[in-house]
Amino acid sequence: MESRSTILAAVRANKPGEVALPSIRTIERNEISNCTDTFKNLVQAIGGKVEEIQYNEVQETVERLFPDAKYTASGTKRYKGTIQLEHITDPKALENLDVFVCRGLLGVAENGAVWLPESAIVHRVAPFITQHMVVVLNESTILEDMHAAYDEIDVAEYGFGFFMAGPSKTADIEQSLVHGAHGPRSLTVLLLKTL
Amino acid sequence: MRVALFVPCYIDQLYPHVAVATLELLESLGCTVAFPLDQTCCGQPMANAGFEHVSAKAMSVFIDNFDLYDYIVAPSGSCVLHVHEHIKAPDSSRPFSDRVFEFCQFLMDVLEVKELPGSFNQKVGLHESCHGLRGLRLGVSSELRKTPYSKPAHLLSMKKGVELVPLTRWDECCGFGGTFAVSEEAVSVKMGKDRIQDHLDHEVEVLTSTDMSCLMHLDGLIKKERIPLKVMHIAEVLNG
Amino acid sequence: MVNHAKNAEAFNQDEARTNWHDETLWFVREKRDKASGQIPEWEALRELASGIKDHTLSKLDVYLEEFEKKATENGIKVHWAVDAQAHNEKVFEILSDHGVKRIVKSKSMLTEECHLNPYLEEKGIEVVDTDLGERIVQLAEDTPSHIVLPAIHLKKEEVGEVFHNRIGTDKGASDPYYLTEAARQHLRQQFLTADAAITGVNFAIAETGGIVICTNEGNADMGVHTQNVHIACMGIEKIIPRAEHLGVFLRLLARSATGQHLTVYTSHLHKPKEGSELHVILVDNGRTEQLGRPDFRNSLKCIRCGACMNTCPIYRRSGGHSYGSTIPGPIGAILSPGYDLEKYSSLPFASTLCGSCSDVCPVKIDIHTQLYKWRQVAGAEGHIAGSKKRAMRFMGMVFGSPHFYRKVGRLMRRAARFMPNKWIYNRRNVWGKSREIPPMPKESFRDWYMKNRLGNGK
Repeated sequence: MESRSTILAAVRANKPGEVALPSIRTIERNEISNCTDTFKNLVQAIGGKVEEIQYNEVQETVERLFPDAKYTASGTKRYKGTIQLEHITDPKALENLDVFVCRGLLGVAENGAVWLPESAIVHRVAPFITQHMVVVLNESTILEDMHAAYDEIDVAEYGFGFFMAGPSKTADIEQSLVHGAHGPRSLTVLLLKTL
Repeated sequence: MRVALFVPCYIDQLYPHVAVATLELLESLGCTVAFPLDQTCCGQPMANAGFEHVSAKAMSVFIDNFDLYDYIVAPSGSCVLHVHEHIKAPDSSRPFSDRVFEFCQFLMDVLEVKELPGSFNQKVGLHESCHGLRGLRLGVSSELRKTPYSKPAHLLSMKKGVELVPLTRWDECCGFGGTFAVSEEAVSVKMGKDRIQDHLDHEVEVLTSTDMSCLMHLDGLIKKERIPLKVMHIAEVLNG
Repeated sequence: MVNHAKNAEAFNQDEARTNWHDETLWFVREKRDKASGQIPEWEALRELASGIKDHTLSKLDVYLEEFEKKATENGIKVHWAVDAQAHNEKVFEILSDHGVKRIVKSKSMLTEECHLNPYLEEKGIEVVDTDLGERIVQLAEDTPSHIVLPAIHLKKEEVGEVFHNRIGTDKGASDPYYLTEAARQHLRQQFLTADAAITGVNFAIAETGGIVICTNEGNADMGVHTQNVHIACMGIEKIIPRAEHLGVFLRLLARSATGQHLTVYTSHLHKPKEGSELHVILVDNGRTEQLGRPDFRNSLKCIRCGACMNTCPIYRRSGGHSYGSTIPGPIGAILSPGYDLEKYSSLPFASTLCGSCSDVCPVKIDIHTQLYKWRQVAGAEGHIAGSKKRAMRFMGMVFGSPHFYRKVGRLMRRAARFMPNKWIYNRRNVWGKSREIPPMPKESFRDWYMKNRLGNGK
């Protein structure tokens, strides 16, 4: 505990006089007129795919998109995978996962990201270790920007949650963009249209 | 309007024609121009090298020469910025930042010039000096997400005959940087060469700037390599 | 002692490579311009981010304690470390408790700063860097040259050679797709066989006691979720007050760093997964000292986006290694002198004070003003060469006396006019190596003015 008291004492001795916290409500945000279109365009721009489907078409769409998938898993009732995630204890056992399907809780128009909390992915490692990722998203959940997203979600509600914007990528070799660095090689968003 | 002309030391000694052009244009725009005879240097060369403390005397010479004037004009963004940021006027209610103007800034903001005499029939490339652009905010730098404008460019577009050529990296530093030009010679020279190439790529005939210090560096490279590119201070172009 | 100018000169020996380096980073700067240009409220966001950080620094103790309390409630084990050594010892202690032999580590500038890798390796623990760029430099026995793009100084052929020698890719293969795929396969094996994960932290939320980690590759998450022990290492300045502030910083971070709208993965960790441990180490290592320097404290606002490096005309033409410090570029040049002024005294001079860094900075750190101020500290504390000091003293005298100034000016102009060229362009004339010296007119402007305006011509 010595480090703790030393650091806190040093902070107290050295910090400047209190500066007021500005309100984030002061930002005049850019209005996005069509969130769905913006979202779709952005997901595609960052290397993802978007398919607009009906709520009962998830199973057949995934099967159509990944006909050769051997091991699949799911965090949503709309898709039945070959692996039951509830039975997996060792995360490393998912190393051969080909496709993982789950529900996104919300989408963000300004950057094409989807919010995936622990409850939606069942197993924390699943959306990372899988070769391909499919997110089922209700069109009505797409919000304008990150401010709106953080207004909507409680980050502390689950032990883990993440935004995913496109498939895993890297440009560490001469700025050449390559998809599928460590995580999934592809991301498909299945958009359930609001009638 | 009564104006004091502040002539940076290197312009006084090496480029007197730049100060003459500045003086002549100010006079032709109706100003009564005084040149305080005992001026030397604002102290920037020492201060930027880490020796602000040895520039105290130079600063007091500046104050002695200019404190009584309400409008002080210099053909240099860099020296003006240094005065704004580092020379304290004896009367704090009359700070130098309110009274010392870079030449283009003075033409645009104080004289509110709408037209310029004469013409200048050349393809002109504008080198935005960093201290003018990002220090005095004579324009909006490329990093900022604000509506673009540039006072020097605006004045050049006012001048009949000037064809202002767009550049690729229009506000990248030339690499002069005072003692940097010598202490970091390799990078300084490389930066200068790259700036010149941008102007050559766009077929510029006259390379101009608000700052003769940037131009001294660029012209040194141009002359050494015998590159067919003419360098002129913006006061010369606007007065031409 | 780091001699930036000398390192930069060596870098510039290969002009084609300097051009390549410059253009590669300028490309990133242009991507940043495009992405930020799509946000009309960009400047307001910068202002807000800066204000939130200023506020946080002014109540840093309060937020650190709040974070500790909430994180502990969440089941996170929070540790404190005054310096690099304390940090490294704490990491080792945790790893020893679990008998860890190999760790997978995602990018953390803090662990670079603390030299954690060599420390752990000496203790017999294998460290596998999992960010592709970091893995490349690790396999090449090199160091990162950029905080976001660690291997930006290497060409794909060089990466191919390293991979051929170390992980058995085909000889001569340099296609980035092929090399990245090879690294993916190689690192998957590492993830599956490691014993613990170490990560950095982008933001720690005081209000909720959670941490946020941003990556594009997914390597941090692959490490964290495959291992039962996760150690997250962070500088104490990474704290933000509330979760809603993430909206502000995340909108700025990726756009400033790489021109993306958001990093691919923005992971929020509040609780360890079942049966696992999550440790957070809060590290000072000179930060509280920097907090006590009014001129320099706001360098602690940095969110490590690297935009100041991509925009810096000197960084682009001298390379990250020329700075000789963990964090290179403009931000490194204002952080490093705070750790060791003597060693890093040349860094504040590796700038023309053009100000591009300050204008690009998403949290509005006045980087170029701080460079100027570090120069004054270096000058006052005697870290500048004697010859320069004498020259500056002499100039101070010249400009301090109008009479002396005119005399020296006249003498200089006359001497230069009559001196033979080979005397002027001697070895010691650094200016004249690649540049002509300016013209030396017969009269100064003052002479002209006396003659033409005061009728004083004799």
